[in-house]
Amino acid sequence: MTAFWILAPIMVLSALGLLFVRKAVHCALLLAVVMISLAILYAVQEAPFLFAVQIIVYTGAILMLFLFVVMLIGVDASDSIVETIPGQRIGAAVLGLALGALLVIGVLQAGIGTAVGLSEANEGGNVQAIAKVLFSENVYAFEVTSALLITAALGAMVLAHRERLFPKVTQADQAKQRMRDYAETGKHPGNLPAPGTFARHNSVETPALLPDGTASSASVSRVLLARGDVRNAEVAAAEFDDLVQAQLEDADEAPTGSASQSKEDV
Amino acid sequence: MTTPFIALSAILFSIGAIGVLIRRNAIVVFMCVELMLNATNLSLITFARTNGNLEGQVAAFFVMVVAAAEVVVGLAIIMTIFRTRRSASVDDASLLKY
Repeated sequence: MTAFWILAPIMVLSALGLLFVRKAVHCALLLAVVMISLAILYAVQEAPFLFAVQIIVYTGAILMLFLFVVMLIGVDASDSIVETIPGQRIGAAVLGLALGALLVIGVLQAGIGTAVGLSEANEGGNVQAIAKVLFSENVYAFEVTSALLITAALGAMVLAHRERLFPKVTQADQAKQRMRDYAETGKHPGNLPAPGTFARHNSVETPALLPDGTASSASVSRVLLARGDVRNAEVAAAEFDDLVQAQLEDADEAPTGSASQSKEDV
Repeated sequence: MTTPFIALSAILFSIGAIGVLIRRNAIVVFMCVELMLNATNLSLITFARTNGNLEGQVAAFFVMVVAAAEVVVGLAIIMTIFRTRRSASVDDASLLKY
């Protein structure tokens, strides 16, 4: 029961976080906390097979699928505050709390009593015992499950499929398009100029300098330009001057220091 | 001592139900559905221990299989909706209303 009393508050808090956290990624991580805690509770309750399945299937496969889709359709997409039905949030919260109170009070009053325990049923191994139940009484349900899984896989493929509206652009088409652009607009068909190198910087944020000393905007990524992260030649030169100055000052101080020390030694 | 487990399961289930009703992001609504399924699994496993047979654990196993299939199809539907409407909010998919 120790595991239960430690994990239960954590699970309830994480589940409540699912209601209040704004970002979908955080929701997925909180759900992971709940699911792993549940797996431990399964292990506590003599269900080692389901403990493994919970971690592998739920935390491993389903939650990763959730995170995958969250990443695909925009991490920043957070909830809108606007209520389409007036008072829906309050109503839902009140009704939900009422449902929770009803269930908890019902459970407490029903008095489920003491557990028989699974030591007898689990004799010869939990996995073997589950397999016996699964493949004898529930074998028909098991077979139907396979049909369900195949249908789900087909459904996912059909839903995720997209018809190609335009013909695929091949490398030859791209080369032709480049030459056509050169003929029509004079756009250079070759590579873009590489980023430049200043004395201390050769990173992609450093633009190449044209012969007249101005920076070539084609040599840095448009994203860096838009973010304003591009280093310009004057700033780099000033930084370099500062560095040289500082080193010269160090060099001036160091010999005098050692000289005075040696005098004292004498 | 099985009552606390069932009570925890009931609490998690109702939190999931509230989440389905108040959240607007379709993915988060889906996560709340998963939370409800998990809460039910906890009570099934607790009842298996209470009664001393493994039927409950097998039922929980089937719930997990069905949940996996459901997640695959559900997320594919959410992605298709997102591709056509550029939004994952459940409020934006309201064409059937008009």
